[in-house]
Amino acid sequence: MEFSLILEKSILVLILTAITLGIATYLTYGERKVAAFLQDRLGPNRAGIFGIFQPLADAGKMFFKEELIPKNAEKWLFILGPGIAMVTACITSAVIPWGGDLILGGRTISLQVADVDIGILYIMGIVSVGVYGIMIGGWASNNKYSLYGAIRASSQMISYELAMGLALIAVIMMSGDLSLRHIVDEQSGWHGMKWNIFFQPLGFIIFFTCALAETNRAPFDLPECETELIGGYHTEYSSMKLGFYLFAEYINMFISSAVMACIYLGGYNFPGMDAAWFSTHPNWLSMIEVGVMFAKVSFFIFCFMWIRWTLPRFRYDQLMHLGWKGLIPLAIANMVITGGWMLLFGK
Amino acid sequence: MLTNRSKQVVNKKMTFMERIYLPAILKGLWITLSHLFKKKVSLNYPEVKRTYSPVYRGQHVLKRDEQGRERCTACGLCAVACPAEAITMVAAERTDEDKMNYREEKYAAVYEINMLRCIFCGLCEEACPKEAIFLTDRLVNVEDNRGSFIYGKDKLVESRENPIDISKRQVWSFAGEGKA
Repeated sequence: MEFSLILEKSILVLILTAITLGIATYLTYGERKVAAFLQDRLGPNRAGIFGIFQPLADAGKMFFKEELIPKNAEKWLFILGPGIAMVTACITSAVIPWGGDLILGGRTISLQVADVDIGILYIMGIVSVGVYGIMIGGWASNNKYSLYGAIRASSQMISYELAMGLALIAVIMMSGDLSLRHIVDEQSGWHGMKWNIFFQPLGFIIFFTCALAETNRAPFDLPECETELIGGYHTEYSSMKLGFYLFAEYINMFISSAVMACIYLGGYNFPGMDAAWFSTHPNWLSMIEVGVMFAKVSFFIFCFMWIRWTLPRFRYDQLMHLGWKGLIPLAIANMVITGGWMLLFGK
Repeated sequence: MLTNRSKQVVNKKMTFMERIYLPAILKGLWITLSHLFKKKVSLNYPEVKRTYSPVYRGQHVLKRDEQGRERCTACGLCAVACPAEAITMVAAERTDEDKMNYREEKYAAVYEINMLRCIFCGLCEEACPKEAIFLTDRLVNVEDNRGSFIYGKDKLVESRENPIDISKRQVWSFAGEGKA
């Protein structure tokens, strides 16, 4: 029994990691295609049909580029930086519920690697560690631009993590639990449409904005602001180390989309999921739930890209202004209103 | 003022809707989303080529006459007319053996156009009294050094077997002149 659990979880972890990496690879392709379509262009279309081998070509290029470590760089930290960024990006997917339970050969297999009681705290914690990857890399490069980029990244992430956490507290107050599985199951009412976004529209907007800032996506991509900082924290990086940083960004984007889908868009819940047919076919239900989950994630990813190719970058003082004077008071107000509502009218 | 599109800058205080910034963002997002469904302007270049105007002025050709003799007599009028001073030539006297190669008694032994200097204005074509030089709808190739852009007679003179068609541009230019 114990062994089969380990086997089952290992297989799930392997599949998840493969899917995460595969999706991150194809997000680079998606990004370029979306960018092109939004600008009336065609995008990459030479490598394979519709250019679907483009990410492989890009990755191949990254591998064969010259590996360069600057002479005065702190060698081990320089190598450690992209590693931390990549590892932290990969391990966040562990607590995300991708669907209901599968029943195979009498065994109930949960489509979630670990249903940790503090799921959402775990994600917040790991994301905070992710800043270290950027900071260490930027500092170890021994380059002014890298250091500026790293400082910007860390102060930006700290500022926006506050508002993000405060927006999250309102949701946690409603669900009364930190486990992501529980938060998702809470939203299964109203025939699968009782999503938190209808109760927390303001919280959703705050959380979404902060997620953009946390993943260093435009309009908050100041850490790698190429017009003033060359490449920001990864100025000195080349070859696959640079690839790791860029890759980590896309994985973060995928994971934060999944988190947002779980917390605000009902996760794997979909309208009509309580139909009688599904009670006799639980495996089909689970498969459709996974599909719905991925559809929601894709929607968010598209939103990320859509916003990137629409909005210009903030100035740094505007960024800080928005974070500290705009989002944090709003998030506190949202929290107080939610608390007051629950006190007066119950859940 | 020339275009009548200048706008007076106003530093008025923003309204609440403008200050929360979201309506403006949604408007912007809507604009970019609408572009998702618009016709793409890119062409798949090597397979699909943009159609040029019939009077397009591209790489020059030195024409031969009906008997395959070079028309150019190295009078130098094209070089004089050239505003970019891109054309140089060295004249030589025709020998008897070369009668089937050159129409006139004097011919261009060397004829060079520097394609980097050339501005493709077509004045050489207008200046030519012998209808020897014409601009065509061909593009000048990409080279990786400056020297290769100096085109000699080997690249400029058309071959006897496949003469370069210049009629399209000539017909159009003529029709245009007639109308004016």
